[in-house]
Amino acid sequence: MSGGLEKTGHHYFSLIEAVGRMGLFLLQCLFRAATPPVKLYPVVQQIHFIGARSSWVVVTAGLFTGMVVALQFYDTLVRFGSVDLLGSAVALSLIRELGPVITALMVTGRAGSAICAEIGIMRISEQIDALECMGIDPYRFFLTPKLLAGLVAVPVLTILFDLAGLVGGWFVGVVLFGVGEGTYVQGLRGGIEWNDVAMGLVKSIVFGGLIVWFCAAKGYFLHYERAGAFGPEGVSRVTTNAVVLSSVSVLFADYLIGSLML
Amino acid sequence: MKRISIEFVVGLFLIAGLVGFCYLAVSLGGVRVGQDSYLLTARFVSASGLKKDAEVELAGVAVGTVTAIRFDPKTFEAVVDLAIPRDARIQEDAIASIRSTGLIGGKFVKITAGGSERILTPGDEILETESSISLEELISKYIFESSEKGSPDPLE
Repeated sequence: MSGGLEKTGHHYFSLIEAVGRMGLFLLQCLFRAATPPVKLYPVVQQIHFIGARSSWVVVTAGLFTGMVVALQFYDTLVRFGSVDLLGSAVALSLIRELGPVITALMVTGRAGSAICAEIGIMRISEQIDALECMGIDPYRFFLTPKLLAGLVAVPVLTILFDLAGLVGGWFVGVVLFGVGEGTYVQGLRGGIEWNDVAMGLVKSIVFGGLIVWFCAAKGYFLHYERAGAFGPEGVSRVTTNAVVLSSVSVLFADYLIGSLML
Repeated sequence: MKRISIEFVVGLFLIAGLVGFCYLAVSLGGVRVGQDSYLLTARFVSASGLKKDAEVELAGVAVGTVTAIRFDPKTFEAVVDLAIPRDARIQEDAIASIRSTGLIGGKFVKITAGGSERILTPGDEILETESSISLEELISKYIFESSEKGSPDPLE
């Protein structure tokens, strides 16, 4: 009986430890970002990987999301004879909610998992230990650039998603269902205020940070995971955890920011 | 042909983001970039339902915004500041009225042109005003007035 209690206690103990490690990881990265030397080129490389190479996926996702949102809203609004609200409805739902969230989920799946697996493999093949032996700071060398790139790339991707979504909504509303071109565009202009754009922007910056933070930290601290997980199995387990954790935290943060900024 | 460098792709990506952001913020979000306007005030018995940043319509076109709504404790009236574009000249006897865009729509300020020669200057007050019309009040007025007149009550 005391064994079970000890086990439970140990479990929570290590959970709190893990939270502390993640927090310290973020502080270390932010400290490196705030103090020179910050090398720009690794950041550019990471923006290329996280951002530029995700653009097609994100734009495609945005296009279809905008189309399906317009389809659903049209079907509902036409019953009330309020099709003139279509533009506002599509734009508001895209810019406030769907843009930041779906982009963050796409980035988690495409870049977040890759970041976690890459760092995890560096950890199990002892490359990180090698760096430390040579006196190279792993945070400055490859972790901080990833975090900075996430903070820049995810907002840009979100904006591309929003624009693609508005075009998709225009295609379904105006071209397929024959809503007036001016009605749709006027709805976009009238429905959106600076507040909505700012909310989407804040959300996407926070999401970018969260994704890279969780995915990088999970891979980096692979060796602290439960025993027997070191090796390829450990990488796969830690990557799954990282994707789940960052997706859930994105949705949680989405609600939190939404309720704070509305 | 030179191979396209990472820097070029990233630059393109960031520029696309910046341009998109400017479009969202300025064109759709309505961040006004140095719009030339002047302020007029108007007093209403009731500004119920009117919000800051509501539109001001001239001839049915949304040209200005409501910049502030205050309560004047002396006269017990609502004082509303209206930002009007500089090239729109409002006559002294113009009428400012609070209207709603539909049964469930928001409120806006409608300015009906007057016929006077004198043009209002910045800071002046529009003297002729009409307060917001509450649909609920109209309905209740209709119901109670008709029952007071002794018309047959449909429930009896």
